[in-house]
Amino acid sequence: MAQIPQTLYDKLWASHVVRDYDDGQSLLYIDRQLLHEVSSPQAFEGMRANGRAVRRPAAQLAVADHAVPTHDRDRPIADPLARKQVALLASNTAEFGLRNIALTDPAQGIVHVIGPELGFTQPGMTLVCGDSHTSTHGAFGALAFGIGSSECEMVLATQTLRQRRAKNLNVRIDGDLGPGVSAKDIILAIVGELGTAGATGFAIEYSGSTVTALSMEARLTLCNMSIEAGARTGLVAPDETTFAYLQGRPLAPKGEMWGSALAYWRSLSSDEGAAFDKVVQIDADALAPQATWGTSPDQSSAVSGATPDPGAATSYAARLRIERALDYMGLAPKTLLRDVAIDRVFIGSCTNGRIEDLRSAAAVLKGRKIASTVAGIVVPGSGAVKRQAEAEGLDAIFKEAGLEWRDAGCSLCVAMNDDRLAPGQRCASTSNRNFEGRQGQGARTHLMSPASAAASAVAGRIADVRDYL
Amino acid sequence: MEKFQRLISRAAPMPNADIDTDIIFPARFLLITEKTGLGRYAFYDWRHSADGGDAPQFVLNEPAYSGAKILVCGDNFGCGSSREQAPWALRDLGVTCLISTSFGEIFRANCFKNGMLPIVLPPAPWAELLRLANEGGELDVDLLGCTISGPDIAPIPFDVEPSRREALLEGWDEIAIALRKDAEAIAAFEDRQRANQPWLYERD
Repeated sequence: MAQIPQTLYDKLWASHVVRDYDDGQSLLYIDRQLLHEVSSPQAFEGMRANGRAVRRPAAQLAVADHAVPTHDRDRPIADPLARKQVALLASNTAEFGLRNIALTDPAQGIVHVIGPELGFTQPGMTLVCGDSHTSTHGAFGALAFGIGSSECEMVLATQTLRQRRAKNLNVRIDGDLGPGVSAKDIILAIVGELGTAGATGFAIEYSGSTVTALSMEARLTLCNMSIEAGARTGLVAPDETTFAYLQGRPLAPKGEMWGSALAYWRSLSSDEGAAFDKVVQIDADALAPQATWGTSPDQSSAVSGATPDPGAATSYAARLRIERALDYMGLAPKTLLRDVAIDRVFIGSCTNGRIEDLRSAAAVLKGRKIASTVAGIVVPGSGAVKRQAEAEGLDAIFKEAGLEWRDAGCSLCVAMNDDRLAPGQRCASTSNRNFEGRQGQGARTHLMSPASAAASAVAGRIADVRDYL
Repeated sequence: MEKFQRLISRAAPMPNADIDTDIIFPARFLLITEKTGLGRYAFYDWRHSADGGDAPQFVLNEPAYSGAKILVCGDNFGCGSSREQAPWALRDLGVTCLISTSFGEIFRANCFKNGMLPIVLPPAPWAELLRLANEGGELDVDLLGCTISGPDIAPIPFDVEPSRREALLEGWDEIAIALRKDAEAIAAFEDRQRANQPWLYERD
C-alpha cells in the first residue's frame, strides 16, 4: 500500500514524538533551545528549587538581547535592573554548565539572528525559545516555536514538551516581487489577509515560486511574523539556498557528518498530494509595499491606501476595533497613509535586522538626508551583521543620512532598554508589533519594510519607497 | 502547581478582541526577574491614567469588579508575546479563570502551567456569560463537571483536554511526571535519534 502523503510539518512532528498520550497530546522531543535573559530566570530558579540538572547542556545556547543597551557597550549597563538581569543569565548558565554568549562577545546578537548565523539552527530540528518569534527558525525547515518560561524549564530538565499537533496551513506565494517590495511586505499582506488569529492552531508552510526565489534572510523575515497571524510555527522547506547558507557555519555539521545530514535534509519537504487543512494563495506580482495603520499587525494597507472608515465595518465588534485603534494612533478615518507624518524611524529587530535589510535601507538612504523633523536609529541584529555592514560602508551611509548607528539587540522593537519613544511619538518601524505601548507608553508604531522605513525617514511621513528607487 | 477544581466569583467583562500580552503586562516591567508580586503591573497602562492615578473607566478599577477571579474576555485574548509574566500577573491579581472565544496559543499553554483555567466557548454561550458579567452576577466554574453555572442560566458545558484537566485538578508538576514516567521513553528516543542523526549529538 502506498504511504499517505505527508506535509513537511507532519514529518517534522512524527520524527520527534517520544510518546502519544491518549487525549491527543504527545510528548515531543526538543533538539535545541535558545535562552535569553527575560524568559529564563524563572526557569533556572525552578531548576534550582527542585534540585534538577540540565539534561543536555550542549543542546542549549544563551544570549542576552532584550534588555541590553545599544550604545556605550564598553561601560557597565546603566540601568540597574537590566544589569542584574543580564548578569543573572551569565551566572545561571555558568551554574548549569551552558554556553552563554556574553555582551562583549563578537557573536552577540538577537537570539533569532544568531541562531541561524552560527549554524545552531538546522533543518529537521525541533527548536524552541521563550520568545514568540521563534517561528523565525522555521525558515530552515526546522519545527520551531515560542514557549513560556515554565516550558523552558521543562526543556532544560527533560528535553521534551507536551504538545498537541497543529493543523496544516499552506500559504502559497507565486509570481515576481516588484521593485521595492520585500518579504516584509509579503508577510504584512498575509497577516492582513488571515487576521491576527487566522492561523491560530495551524502550522504555516510557505511555498510557491516566490518563496523558492527568496534568500535565507528574506525567508527568515517571512517565518518570523507567522505568530502575528496566530501560528506558533512557520516553515519553508529546505533547499539548495538553505544548504548553501548553512555550509561552513560554526555549529553546522562538518565533513562526513555534513554529507549524512544533507541526505536527510533533502527528504524534508511536503509530499506530492499532501493534504493541507487550509490553503491561501498570494499573488506576488500584485503586491505593493505595505504599512500598518493600527494597533494590531493585521491592520495594514498598501502604502497608497488610507485608514479605514469604521462606519463601513461589517460588524459592531469590527467597528469598535477600528475606532479604538484609530483613537490610539491619533488618526482620523480615511486618512491617506502618505499624509501621516512620523517623528522617529527604527531599522532593526529579529524581523528586519539582517544584512540584506540594512543593505536595502542603505540603498534608499545613500546620498539622501532624513527629514529634519525625524530622528532614528539603525540597530544591527547581531555583532556579525554590524561588522559586515561596516565592511560594506553602510554605517557611513546611515550616519551621513542623519541616523544613529548602534550595537546589536532587540532595542526599539520591545523598548525594554532606553531605546524608547515618548508618549504620542510616531515611528516608522521595521519591527513586528504595533501593539499599544510596544515602543513605549503611548507610542505609535507603523510597521513596514526597511526600504519603506528609510524612504519614510527621508520624506518625514509614510512614503512609497518606489518613489525613491 | 496549585490545584484548580471549582471557582465561584464575580466575573469582570473585558470584551475587546485581541488584548495582547503587551497590554496585560507591558514590556518595560519585564526587567523584573521574579514571577511573584507582578499583579500591580497587570494592565498597567489601561489601569492608570496619564497622571498615574487609577483610570476610572477600566473595569478592574470598578468597585463591583475588584477581586473578580474570572475574566470574560474577547476573542484572541493573550495574543502576541510569549511572556509568562502575563498569566503570572493575572494570577497575582487573583484571576485564575478566563473565558473567551479563543486565546493566543502560547498564553493559553502558559495558563495551564500555573493552575489557571482558560476556557474556550462558542460565541453564543460566551455572549450569555458576558451579559452575566456585565450584570455583576457570580459564576460557578466547576472543572470536575466541566460546567459553568450562573444566575438564571442553564449550566454551560465546556471542553478541556483531559490531561490538562487532570493536571489542574491534581495540581501536577508536569516536569516531575515526565522525569518519573517518561524517562525511559526519552532515553530510548535519544538512542534512536543518535543512531540516525548523529550530527545532532556531536557536541554532547
